[in-house]
Amino acid sequence: MILSSYTIEKRLAPSSTAFIFIPVLSIVLALIFGAVFLNLSGFNFIEIYTKMFTGAFGSYYGLTETIVRSIPLTITGLGVALAFRMQLWNIGGEGQLYMGAFAATWVALSFPSGSAWWLLPAMVLLSMLAGGLWALLPAIPKALWGVNEIITTLMLNYVAIFWVDYLVYGPWKDPNGFNFPLTAQFGPGAILPALGNSRIHAGLFFGIILAVLFYIVIYHTRWGYEIRVTGENPNSAKYAGMNTLKNIILVMVVSGAVCGLAGMSEVSGIGGRLQHGLSPGYGFTAIIVAWLSRLNPFAIIIVSFLLGGLQVGGYIVQTSGIPSSMVSMLQGMLLFFVLGGELLTNYRISKTPVTMSGVDNR
Amino acid sequence: MNHDIFIAILATAVTAGTPILYAALGEILTERAGILNLGVEGMMLVGAVCGFIIALNTANPWYGILIAMLAGGAVALIHALLTITLKANQVVSGLALTMFGTGLSGYIGKSYVGMPLPAPFHKIALPGLSNIPVIGPVFFNQDPMVYLSYILVAALWFLTFKTRSGLHLRAVGENPAAADSMGVNAFQIRYIYVVIGGMLAGIGGAYLSLYYVPSWMENITAGRGWIAVALVIFATWNPVNALWGSYLFGGIDALGFRLQTLNVNVSPYFLKMLPYIFTVVVLVLVTKRNMVKRIGSPQALGLPYDREER
Amino acid sequence: MLADALPATIAKGLKESMSNSYLVELKNITKKFPGVIANDKVNFNVKKGEIHALLGENGSGKSTLMSILSGLYRPDEGEIIINGTRMVFKSPRHAISAGIGMVHQHFKLIDSFSVAENVILGDDRIPRVLNMKEIEKNLAQLSLRYGLHINPASMVWQLSVGEKQRVEIVKMLYRGSQVLILDEPTAVLTPQETDELFRNIKEMAKSGRGIVVITHKLHEVEQIADRVTVLRKGNSVATLERDQINRQELARLMVGQEITTQCKRNTRPGTQKVLELQNVSCLNDLGLSGLKNITFEVHSGEIFGIAGVAGNGQRELAEVIYGLRKINSGSILVNGTNITGYSPRQMIDCGVALVPEDRLGTGLIPNLGTIDNLILKDYRKEKMNRGPFINWQKAKQKVSRLVDSFEVKVSSLEAPVKLLSGGNLQRLLLAREISSKPQLLIAVYPVRGLDIKATEAIHELLMGQREKGTAILLISEDLDEICKLSDRIGVLSNGSITGIISSDQADINEIGLLMMGETGAEAI
Repeated sequence: MILSSYTIEKRLAPSSTAFIFIPVLSIVLALIFGAVFLNLSGFNFIEIYTKMFTGAFGSYYGLTETIVRSIPLTITGLGVALAFRMQLWNIGGEGQLYMGAFAATWVALSFPSGSAWWLLPAMVLLSMLAGGLWALLPAIPKALWGVNEIITTLMLNYVAIFWVDYLVYGPWKDPNGFNFPLTAQFGPGAILPALGNSRIHAGLFFGIILAVLFYIVIYHTRWGYEIRVTGENPNSAKYAGMNTLKNIILVMVVSGAVCGLAGMSEVSGIGGRLQHGLSPGYGFTAIIVAWLSRLNPFAIIIVSFLLGGLQVGGYIVQTSGIPSSMVSMLQGMLLFFVLGGELLTNYRISKTPVTMSGVDNR
Repeated sequence: MNHDIFIAILATAVTAGTPILYAALGEILTERAGILNLGVEGMMLVGAVCGFIIALNTANPWYGILIAMLAGGAVALIHALLTITLKANQVVSGLALTMFGTGLSGYIGKSYVGMPLPAPFHKIALPGLSNIPVIGPVFFNQDPMVYLSYILVAALWFLTFKTRSGLHLRAVGENPAAADSMGVNAFQIRYIYVVIGGMLAGIGGAYLSLYYVPSWMENITAGRGWIAVALVIFATWNPVNALWGSYLFGGIDALGFRLQTLNVNVSPYFLKMLPYIFTVVVLVLVTKRNMVKRIGSPQALGLPYDREER
Repeated sequence: MLADALPATIAKGLKESMSNSYLVELKNITKKFPGVIANDKVNFNVKKGEIHALLGENGSGKSTLMSILSGLYRPDEGEIIINGTRMVFKSPRHAISAGIGMVHQHFKLIDSFSVAENVILGDDRIPRVLNMKEIEKNLAQLSLRYGLHINPASMVWQLSVGEKQRVEIVKMLYRGSQVLILDEPTAVLTPQETDELFRNIKEMAKSGRGIVVITHKLHEVEQIADRVTVLRKGNSVATLERDQINRQELARLMVGQEITTQCKRNTRPGTQKVLELQNVSCLNDLGLSGLKNITFEVHSGEIFGIAGVAGNGQRELAEVIYGLRKINSGSILVNGTNITGYSPRQMIDCGVALVPEDRLGTGLIPNLGTIDNLILKDYRKEKMNRGPFINWQKAKQKVSRLVDSFEVKVSSLEAPVKLLSGGNLQRLLLAREISSKPQLLIAVYPVRGLDIKATEAIHELLMGQREKGTAILLISEDLDEICKLSDRIGVLSNGSITGIISSDQADINEIGLLMMGETGAEAI
């Protein structure tokens, strides 16, 4: 008797068609599973998905909102992707974003009548410094003693968020803000210029410039080469005389600084003030962005746009009674499918005849 | 008076530590089998919401615990499938699980937010034991889930270090190839313990929504799943160490909470930071200690096993 | 197609196995791995009470075949017949319960477990709740009965390599193996330990077991085999009886062509001391003493061979010289400069090159391409850079030149190097290390796992460097290789150099004694 059985066989080289195909398939599958959930909870998924899609991409307002959302995703996505390149799991993008926003706000509030030409650069610099320092805290124990950076960066997220809460509910609360947890409006010199009459702000260029820089650094500089080697094989790095300790700290700090910049671009580009709940988890979504893009800087821009759209769509259908948490559920599923799909890029499933006799083993 | 407050804080430390304890015990088993599951937070949340909904509708918290266990195990199965069979990156899969669990629990729990629970667990003073000074009121005037956790700690310690199954569990986490070559089914064992780990995380989550709070709100765990992951390192993968470790973390939680009610002149936001800062500091100290004493994680932790890998 | 053939094959198999007392028959076994056919319709069998050598060079498919027999791999085609019954092994568990036990070349032991815990692993006959005292007592008796001395209570990480091998054998005997497969068992033993192992093997065969010894060493086949099956490139080319065994014939069968292995020395070693170690001591990974008071020097144009059983401080020695491991006392000099405490980067700048033990784990970056791998040691050099940027044009030129002159076969310069064969990987590595024009080249197990042709090529490269005046420290576990290439030989045992002898006075037995830790007189 012959039974056909499917065996999983490792590919010698990752399949290139699967490279594009897998993310697309993952999105489709995540949406299908999302549809099942929507149906189970009594919604018409076609209606909901149509609303989400047209809401995010179908109108001028929707499209600009999607781009607005994609800005912090791109920046934080690039930030965490840099760390991931070296197998450093910076899960603290959210906290670093908050600390960046805090530092930028401090500059803006200290100089309410400062002019833009020096105030904005100062805010950029300070926010990056703050984000970088916030990432330095977990980077040092990681470099010196190998302390698990996943847990430490994550814990520091909570601390950063509570710190900003303390400020906006306490000393920095706008006295004319009707007791809302937000700071006073920044002066005009601390506001990033907007694009036309939309809410799209100059933070967009931060994202694009950073993506190009990311590419150049990783693929064309000595430091980028060291990052790639260390990420792929830390033993080789040590053997080639690279200073891994220095690189761990440097990469984490730069990663944190980039995430900190996202905080500045949010407070200065959108609200013009620091407020409670500044980020709906951009620092976490950044992890999905980075992984879906396979740490490729230009793919990060595209994926950020798509996930930004998902968030805007999710926001739009809240009026139809869909909980906002559906977005985070869909994102989680998306990542599941991408991970599962990686098997298809590195392995091949083939049908092989396996001879099975009737004789039992025992 | 001061004495009473002290006892009360200690007793709260035990209740505050119990959800972390369940989750940490689950993660200890999972990591002992060589799989890193960073989805504890997500699994706890799913357990918390499912347990709450069932307990609310059946008016019986035990049914809640049972369903929370199954729900936690079910989502853990996703992680098992991805990391064991499909050999996906365990870190990323765990993060995905946390995100998914957070979203899923928020989605299905939306209409239950803030509803009161008709029949939560109640304290039961154990006759005799609860009269011992200090120890009695702290450890033996608690709810049944706390007592169950005592038994569980002892049972898991015995399982891990004194039984054949425990030997196989540890072997798979240390060196799956060696275990496999001796006929220990590494894949099966990894599946089993990842799912059990999820079940225990589910119970830990349900303890929050059924006793500690007791109510459902989004993100009810507030990072306790991550603290549990840190606790596993603190406990050096030993269930007994996890017991007192979790009470230490619970104690910090309880202390912050108590200080808030005592009108101490510190912003509540700083008190809320305490457990997280404490976790970071402890993790750094413990990692240094483990390094000096050469205590490491299970050797094969985080690595996929492929029998035909050459 | 196969379906029609199958019933007949079974019938034939049954007939055959009834006429002979085969413990094991493997028929037409085929196993493919991505890109290679490891076994192509291989036939092999084992009789009761015989020692059957499975001979073939590295990469000929010996280990794959035996991994199939021990249930670790599943064959793509073919059948396994145990005591006349067809079997399909779904896992090692099935193979073990069918009486097949394999001692792998890389031991499958759990270091953090005790010997007893390792032995009983996977055994369902013992009670669910463990009584280790009782188990240890029983195992001590069992090991005495077989004359294999082990201490069941000791931890595996504390054992020597020879002891670990005994644990592996006891493990299989404990599980009632009737067929014992030993994969390259002598690779890790001193000549004396090898003799003891062979005595034990013969004893076990006498008691009715079937023993399979996987090897690529001809003299071992002559010494112990009752029969020998030769594998070449995944095919079983011949099975010879005891009286048909002769060296020339085996060599021809194994390699398929005549190979002349000779080393011409055209130059004499120089007198300049390139490397000097003075009383160097260091710790190993477990924090125990790794090297003890090592003193020797290597001259320009000299190959200094380090002989010894792996795990006696070889890795530590290479790492210490290269700056990857701290030393506790003593000093290291390169060209007369004290370089004690230098980092790998400083060592590289001093002209020290290292071909590490673990090709893909340390020496190369498996997922990166040939270019990225070949610039690993000189990406910092000025000629490779433009400011902070890497000059990829120059890098590519250099890499193409190296790939050509060292005859590395690559499909493209960008494809991940993990796709290359072992021989090509080693050429790549040597190309990089040699191209830095080192003063001192440390080569650790440079031909491990390579087939004869690739081995010869690597040896030629090393000899070429010697002629050019490079000082070479060659660390190897293969005594033949050491004796063939080295000008002088230092023997490393338990972290100490037990003797240094000139290679023209080398005597295998004497080296063996030194390997076992008996200090000899220093004769240079």
